Amino acid sequence: MKILFFASLREQLNTEEEEWQELNGALTAGDILSQLQTRGEPWASSLNADRLLVSVNQEISNLKTKITADDELAFFPPVTGG
Amino acid sequence: MMSAQIGSIRIQEADFSIDEEYRRLRIAHPAQNGAICTFSGLVREFGDKEGVTGMFLEHYPGMTEHSLQLIIDQAAGRWKLNDVAVIHRVGQLSLSDQIVFVGVSSAHRADAFAACEFIMDYLKTDAPFWKKECHAQGSQWVEAKESDRNRTKKWS
Repeated sequence: MKILFFASLREQLNTEEEEWQELNGALTAGDILSQLQTRGEPWASSLNADRLLVSVNQEISNLKTKITADDELAFFPPVTGG
Repeated sequence: MMSAQIGSIRIQEADFSIDEEYRRLRIAHPAQNGAICTFSGLVREFGDKEGVTGMFLEHYPGMTEHSLQLIIDQAAGRWKLNDVAVIHRVGQLSLSDQIVFVGVSSAHRADAFAACEFIMDYLKTDAPFWKKECHAQGSQWVEAKESDRNRTKKWS
């Protein structure tokens, strides 16, 4: 699974992208988020933001969205283009 | 009735020419166009803070194009459109630079006006772009605005 981070989140975590071979039992996007949050700071607080958005395979999703090892997940703040 | 998908989408660092984009829309459907509505968004001096000197724009390659096409498809389902062009710049921009272009051609002005506004409103709340404003004291990510979300909501 590929996990991407964008904008302020990318900067706070100092991570653009990571590749997971194993999902460690994760079934949903929320499970992945929980695993990332257990890494301590800055992961715990940066990923705890109220308005964190998640996409699965480049479509806006939610924490209950089911995932598989072939999916591309992304976490990012609310968008501000235009 | 299913109609062919319309719309051209470009995400690029380079500037664009409204003249060229307008010309492209104008010649694409000869004798079918009665109206072309264009919008352009620029980097201005006051954003979340005063004294903006420039802007950095990031996006999610792939998802950006996908989400813009969905927005164009919705517009094309709602109004009678001949063509749509969306250009969004990314990377480092300076004061007064062009950021975004939306052009819509149609037989009638009401459809062109409405679709152009609809596409721009949805682009602001649904397409994965993020702006970082630069000023003398440094830079900061722009906050998403309730007013933008309200503009999008009014279409539903």
